[in-house]
Amino acid sequence: MTNSRRAGSVAAVAVFLAAVFVAIPLAIAATGRTDLYYTLSSVALLAIASGGVWLTFYIGRINIGQGAWALVGGYASAVLVTTYGWSFWLSLPVAGLFCALMSMLVGLPILRLRGVYFSMVTLVLTEVARLTALALPITNGARGITSIPTPGAIRLFGVTLVPGFETFANRNAPFYFLSAAMMTLCFAGLWRLVHSRLGRLFAAMRQNEELASSMGVNVPLLRVVAYAISSFLGGIGGAIFVAIAQSIYPSSFTINDSVNFMLNCFLGGLGFVFGPMLGTLVLYFGWDLLFQTGQYQLLIYSGVMILLMLVLPNGLLSLRWPSRGRP
Amino acid sequence: MTAPILTVRDLTKRYGGLTAVNEVSFDVQEGEILSVIGPNGAGKSTIFKLISSFVKPTRGEVRFRGEVISGLAPHVVARKGVVRTFQETTIFKGMTARDSVIVAHHLRSQASLAGFFFGTVAARRDEDAFARSADEILEFLGLDAVGNELASNLPQGHLRALGIAIGLAADPKILLLDEPFAGMNVDETRQAVERVRAVRDRGVTCLLVEHDMAAVMKISDRIVVINFGVKIAEGTPEAIRADDKVIEAYLGVEDETIGL
Ligand SMILES: Nc1ncnc2c1ncn2[C@@H]1O[C@H](COP(=O)(O)OP(=O)(O)OP(=O)(O)O)[C@@H](O)[C@H]1O
Ligand SMILES: [Mg+2]
Repeated sequence: MTNSRRAGSVAAVAVFLAAVFVAIPLAIAATGRTDLYYTLSSVALLAIASGGVWLTFYIGRINIGQGAWALVGGYASAVLVTTYGWSFWLSLPVAGLFCALMSMLVGLPILRLRGVYFSMVTLVLTEVARLTALALPITNGARGITSIPTPGAIRLFGVTLVPGFETFANRNAPFYFLSAAMMTLCFAGLWRLVHSRLGRLFAAMRQNEELASSMGVNVPLLRVVAYAISSFLGGIGGAIFVAIAQSIYPSSFTINDSVNFMLNCFLGGLGFVFGPMLGTLVLYFGWDLLFQTGQYQLLIYSGVMILLMLVLPNGLLSLRWPSRGRP
Repeated sequence: MTAPILTVRDLTKRYGGLTAVNEVSFDVQEGEILSVIGPNGAGKSTIFKLISSFVKPTRGEVRFRGEVISGLAPHVVARKGVVRTFQETTIFKGMTARDSVIVAHHLRSQASLAGFFFGTVAARRDEDAFARSADEILEFLGLDAVGNELASNLPQGHLRALGIAIGLAADPKILLLDEPFAGMNVDETRQAVERVRAVRDRGVTCLLVEHDMAAVMKISDRIVVINFGVKIAEGTPEAIRADDKVIEAYLGVEDETIGL
């Protein structure tokens, strides 16, 4: 990387952090629009889940099943907190890891499929997760899990690092900071991953799995690793979502969400690590704006999406870097 | 004679009713260049896919230094040192030639994947070593001038060389080259023949499938002839040229094209 480009990247990161953690909270305080905390938390969490989908795109698989892992992660955290009395903070990484593990079992057979076959199976997966949540005793069927306590304080050696969320007048504020921090962490991790050797092997697999295995790459293993990381992100996003809503039902994440996670990636740009973030933001607010158009909302939305994919097959971020094909 | 580096025994592959490879056996000595020839559809590529374990044999086995490798996963066989290149121009389209060769160094890496994630010292050392080795391989195969070109923009001759470069980067003991001279003109072929010789002189045993008979006769230590999936002859270029069965089954038909 040249020095000027490095400086540009550092500046971009600084602007991003300042906007997310300083400018937005200040603007919300000034305008009194505290409802935006909730909206923007949702965007951040959906972006995390979409980031996972993006990684499966990165190894050449169209994943329309991320809703399943958001649901599994949400339930895992909810059950650990309510049934077993765990702290939310411990339940969060465990929920993510549980999704990663489960997705390895599921991924082993289905990741052999390519193209539309893989997509179809993942689409069904969301429905399987919903039906499982309906059927299992531990998830409490259609009544779901409700009255989930908000995250408590984090204390280390008697020092309170994070105050309990119940101490805030507006609980959406700490949730916003949590979601934004997690999004920042997850995307920083994704960026590092894609720019490390593992990322280069992923790119090699996407372009030609046979050639990759001819040079000794364990393609089946790395496919599962990518899918596990993807599902981990889905689980983390789902778990925090559930903590905000303080409840979860089998219909909390549906096929609709799975499709949206995928569209967020398309819209933002498959060639860019940060594409899903932008895609989620634009799609979320775009959908809300279209609400004004009443019965035409879906029609206009679909039309615009189709148009965008035709005109900008590499997503919105390709407007910014038209010549750079790589992330 | 020393123990062969590769032994192929009764190798058979059926696709439904079609027997693509039928009870083929031969040995490969360390450091030789052995060509597998035969008419279109004879089963040559299938033999290579069987040896590199991309395809599982219906019957028979392949041993590498005495160890059975047929039935193992292809990446495991590649790690042992049996590496194939592809007949179809198989490349990483979106990568530059240099990046493709760097990625192909994957096997030699000392640092763990996590090490690469966190950018440890070992990972940096690997990265540097791979880049240097990639440059060396590119130069060796006459690709240094086009290293930063996207692989999808390269002409046929360079693509073939890039395929060999990717194979070499994986540090093979045996390199299986499927039609390495296809799509090359006389001059390019002459250079490519020299390069395959040079690869062998680096200590890599070379197996090749090739239709360019003049090149095959020039480069091979020994030749195996396949017709309809069956081995019909094996021997030095001189012996093959004089073999009645070969002339009848194969050479005689294409008399002019092979220029014998
Ligand atoms: N996956 C497959 N399924 C069915 N038949 C196959 C398959 N692969 C190869 N064959 C058949 O096996 C036979 C041998 O094919 P192979 O590709 O090994 O021939 P080849 O000697 O490499 O020919 P060429 O010189 O044209 O490359 C052919 O008849 C081919 O149609
Ligand atoms: Mg062939």
